[in-house]
Amino acid sequence: MLQTKIHNLTLKNPVMTASGTFGYGEEFTDFIDLSRLGGIIVKGTTGERRQGNPYPRMAETPSGMLNAVGLQNVGVEDFSKKVYPRIKDIDTNILVNVSGSSIEEYCSTAEQIDSLSHIPAIELNISCPNVKKGGMGFGTDPDMAAQVVSEVRKVYHKTLIVKLTPNVTNVTEIAKAVEGAGADSVSLINTMLGMAVDVEHKRPYLSTITGGLSGPCVKPIAVRMVWQVAHAVQIPVIGLGGIMTAADALEFLMVGARAVQVGTANFIDPTVTIKIIEGLEAYCNKHGINDINEIIGII
Amino acid sequence: MKEITEFSIIERIQYGEHYFSLLLKHPGTLQHIEPGQFVEVAVRGSRDVMLRRPISIHDVDEEANTLSLLIQIVGNGTRQLATLKAGDTLNLIYPLGRGFSGAGQHPLLVGGGAGIAPLLHLAKHYTAKGIRPTILLGGRNEKLIPARDMFKPYGDVLISTDDGSLGERGLVTQHPRFNGEYDQICTCGPTPMMKAVARSAKMRGINCEVSLENTMACGIGACLCCVTETNDGHKCVCKDGPVFDIRGMEKWMNG
Repeated sequence: MLQTKIHNLTLKNPVMTASGTFGYGEEFTDFIDLSRLGGIIVKGTTGERRQGNPYPRMAETPSGMLNAVGLQNVGVEDFSKKVYPRIKDIDTNILVNVSGSSIEEYCSTAEQIDSLSHIPAIELNISCPNVKKGGMGFGTDPDMAAQVVSEVRKVYHKTLIVKLTPNVTNVTEIAKAVEGAGADSVSLINTMLGMAVDVEHKRPYLSTITGGLSGPCVKPIAVRMVWQVAHAVQIPVIGLGGIMTAADALEFLMVGARAVQVGTANFIDPTVTIKIIEGLEAYCNKHGINDINEIIGII
Repeated sequence: MKEITEFSIIERIQYGEHYFSLLLKHPGTLQHIEPGQFVEVAVRGSRDVMLRRPISIHDVDEEANTLSLLIQIVGNGTRQLATLKAGDTLNLIYPLGRGFSGAGQHPLLVGGGAGIAPLLHLAKHYTAKGIRPTILLGGRNEKLIPARDMFKPYGDVLISTDDGSLGERGLVTQHPRFNGEYDQICTCGPTPMMKAVARSAKMRGINCEVSLENTMACGIGACLCCVTETNDGHKCVCKDGPVFDIRGMEKWMNG
């Protein structure tokens, strides 16, 4: 009933976990059966190990949070050697979010992930707002976005999803550019650039001054952008941004997302993904829907 | 194993203006909890608070399946939690993090402000092993050292206040008994206090554990928001801590 497809990827249901909010999945095994998920997108992985930004990296804001983790990760080599063997047999789609500071770094990381047989897809992160070099820089210019995607396309042979930033004037322009460059799917939105000030101490809350805003406060923007992109490109769209409930996920599906990712909500309720899957089933039963694809893109 | 459980509040005690404690009962069997571990508390009914709040575990009664939290009212989240009363329920993720080792035959426990909370469970842990710890509690004034009487059965309780309103006047590190003969120092409280305690312990060659209170989101090592500097790079306070042995914390200590 809930099965859906993203290019060559079959998802048992449209609910995936967003990169950077679900670790490598292992952090959640005490709480949920990971094999029930449509997919897990593990944390942003770069060519080398990264320490990320200094503390403080997080500030709560009304109905949301700012983060500036800055791609702290073990690097692609340790991921492949140490993490991958531990997670490869989880019975769901394990995707790797690939980040970098240069086209070369994106390509070599993607190439190394290509050789991991249990990773059927990558999500190319050209939208991280928290790194000084690269990241969002590639995702805010259509030519740069197309260039990095077409270079990665040459070395990566499985499903290539490109994660888009909302911090642009016209998101459809970027989406079309990466579609033209060979992306198999796009996911959006990454976090919105934001800032919060601690007035008692007269300084920004984050060590990096600005950071990425996520949570329910960004959802209406995300829904709007997914709707725009779903109508502008032919490739499947994955929607994310502030999904907390099955109803939130349904909004994204109805405006054209073939799958969704749950992010910040995992921090509040580690079982939220399962609740959303069960909520989607209940919705389909209530509305006499035999196949979730019947409602995808109805708006 | 970590779990999410709806606890019932069986008692709420207010300590002055800034602190309160909640005694919480598990609906079934409470899991084993190490001293120094913490819970992530769901905050309900606030427009501005979405994330859970990490709160250290103050006391545990495994036979009664209860635990208690000592909470300082500092912001929107804890202000909302302060409105809870007996009969309400509270959703917790627990037990989280790595606690104190419980090492040493002559331990000194040093707490400041809300940092005294986990030291009660720790003091009881030592007492159960037949070890009587020295417990040094500090605060700006008398009112800011809550629940101090609870410590008395579990160690020699000493007090320092900045204004001298209770115990010795001055910082905990200036207390005459701070420089006594100990083989283990455990501390939790404001960062400057913990750093001063840790530096002194290091100078005197005494093992020392610090319990950090960085701002957290997930509490389970997924978001990487609460990291601290360590000799091995950034570590999550929620998962690799909150208790750290200072031998791995040179950068933090000197930072």
